[in-house]
Amino acid sequence: MNKQIHELSVVELLRGLEDKRFSSVEVIKHYLDRINRYNGELNAFLHINEDAVKQAEAIDKLIASGKKPLGIPIAVKDNFLTVGMPTTAGSLVLKDYHPRYESTVTKRLLDAGAIIIGKTNMDAWAHGSSTETSQYGPTLNPWDLGRLPGGSSGGSAAAVSAQLVPVAIGSETAGSIRQPAAWCGVTGFKPSYGRVSRYGVIAMASSTDSPGPIARNVEDAALITSIIAGADPYDATSSTKEVEPFRELLKRKDLKGVKIALVKEYLLPTMRAEVKTLIHNAAAHLESLGAKVEEISLLDPKYSIGVYTVVMRSEVSSNLARFDGIRYGHGRARFGDEAKRRIMLGTYTLSAGYYDAYYKKAMTVRTKIVSEFENTFKDFDAYIGAVSPGPALKLGATKNEPMFGEMEDILVEPSSLAGLTSAGVPCGFVDGLPIGLQITGAQFTEAKILDIANLYQKSTQFNKFPERYQK
Amino acid sequence: MAKTIITTDDVAKVGILANLPLTEDEKKLFADQFSMTIDVVNQLNEIDTKGITPTSQVNHLENVTRPDVIDDDRVLTQEQALSGAKNTHQGFFVVKQILEKDSE
Repeated sequence: MNKQIHELSVVELLRGLEDKRFSSVEVIKHYLDRINRYNGELNAFLHINEDAVKQAEAIDKLIASGKKPLGIPIAVKDNFLTVGMPTTAGSLVLKDYHPRYESTVTKRLLDAGAIIIGKTNMDAWAHGSSTETSQYGPTLNPWDLGRLPGGSSGGSAAAVSAQLVPVAIGSETAGSIRQPAAWCGVTGFKPSYGRVSRYGVIAMASSTDSPGPIARNVEDAALITSIIAGADPYDATSSTKEVEPFRELLKRKDLKGVKIALVKEYLLPTMRAEVKTLIHNAAAHLESLGAKVEEISLLDPKYSIGVYTVVMRSEVSSNLARFDGIRYGHGRARFGDEAKRRIMLGTYTLSAGYYDAYYKKAMTVRTKIVSEFENTFKDFDAYIGAVSPGPALKLGATKNEPMFGEMEDILVEPSSLAGLTSAGVPCGFVDGLPIGLQITGAQFTEAKILDIANLYQKSTQFNKFPERYQK
Repeated sequence: MAKTIITTDDVAKVGILANLPLTEDEKKLFADQFSMTIDVVNQLNEIDTKGITPTSQVNHLENVTRPDVIDDDRVLTQEQALSGAKNTHQGFFVVKQILEKDSE
């Protein structure tokens, strides 16, 4: 039986466009129709590109002339500046804000011939792991409409999971790609810090912010990462290391010679037994593919919460100081509670008399985390653990939890603080809800991590999409 | 280490530093939540960091510079730059007065 357009991966869509089985216009119209049908209940998209069909027509002309533009729709988190479409970062401070320049990530996608079909919902300013702090209402989880999609890139993850788009762009400060991907049962890929330009991304914590894809599978994530990665003169922290053709490098048929660490401390005492079992199952599966898996011990991740909270909130207070409502946007009274909490704590930890006790202390523990990983990767190719301690939580879970995001992302914060690269892939279900596995490697080992994650994914059967949105 | 108590006055002071307008209810709410957060952060004191250098940047880049020339692709026109402002005057942004007219 022929698959419907929304059941195809990016790689399959590209093949279909090349073989003239469908046009870019047909693909775009198919997805616009699905967005019209389902976005009302999911609230995954904040804005839809009204010119998408027109842009697809131009792409079809390019295809007819023998060129090979991507021609596929892509959803972009609403903290990437896009000319011609509003950009709000999920906040009322930027309601109706229209950027005057394009982010490097979206510019590279447009140059490659992708069509930005819409902008996706997110925790306001990317502050959170639920999408519940969006000032435009929460996004719902396609697996269970009573639950949260995770965040902060919750709209992007829900859109891919409900098959409203074949691939989406998210951004991660600590977990904001991998955690919503895990809760929505799709693939999230966090490139190393500096691998993908931050230019034109509304900053959260500049020392860890990393844009990356949320996709149907690892292969698509690899393809998109190669397009968006690479040095950018407009982001001084972007790396000049050459970008590899990550998709072409997905070659492994087994994991012989690969050493993987299973981090004991990441199997949290508070974690449900079913989640631990899934992680042990994943370890056993990697072993069956030929990898050598060994248990190791790292610094208790609870300390990463403290480090991350101080580093991130300090940088947030500085980054959000520029939103004064004078040059663009609205006044600071429009900030929601979560942004206010973070700005204030960061202001406090950076202020005279407290700087040494909090900010400097946190940055020193950060050094410990970084060097511990450096040692780990002398012996291991990657480490594994759960992305999140459990499956998607119910709507309202963030209420009266002033550190919800930081607590929820305990298992991914260490890797973000050290700027590592990491793939999040589905590894099973608990209560019918997806659970994510992280496969994390040293900085700039994207090719290796994607290759391992791709083989894991292709040899397991956890990559599923929710029933409700199949048709 | 003794528990850090954050008062509503502390919150009010930080609110001024952060340029955030806060209501009385918010000050109360944030004071409690602030203390909870500081408690979590204070766990870092369990870790010995004597002699360790702080890390602020993780991909080892240093002193990244660019040629000192204007990149026209990056320059907004005056019209573009002002297009998002609510209040402009003769091609300029209007800002709040910060100096007294007759001071000193």
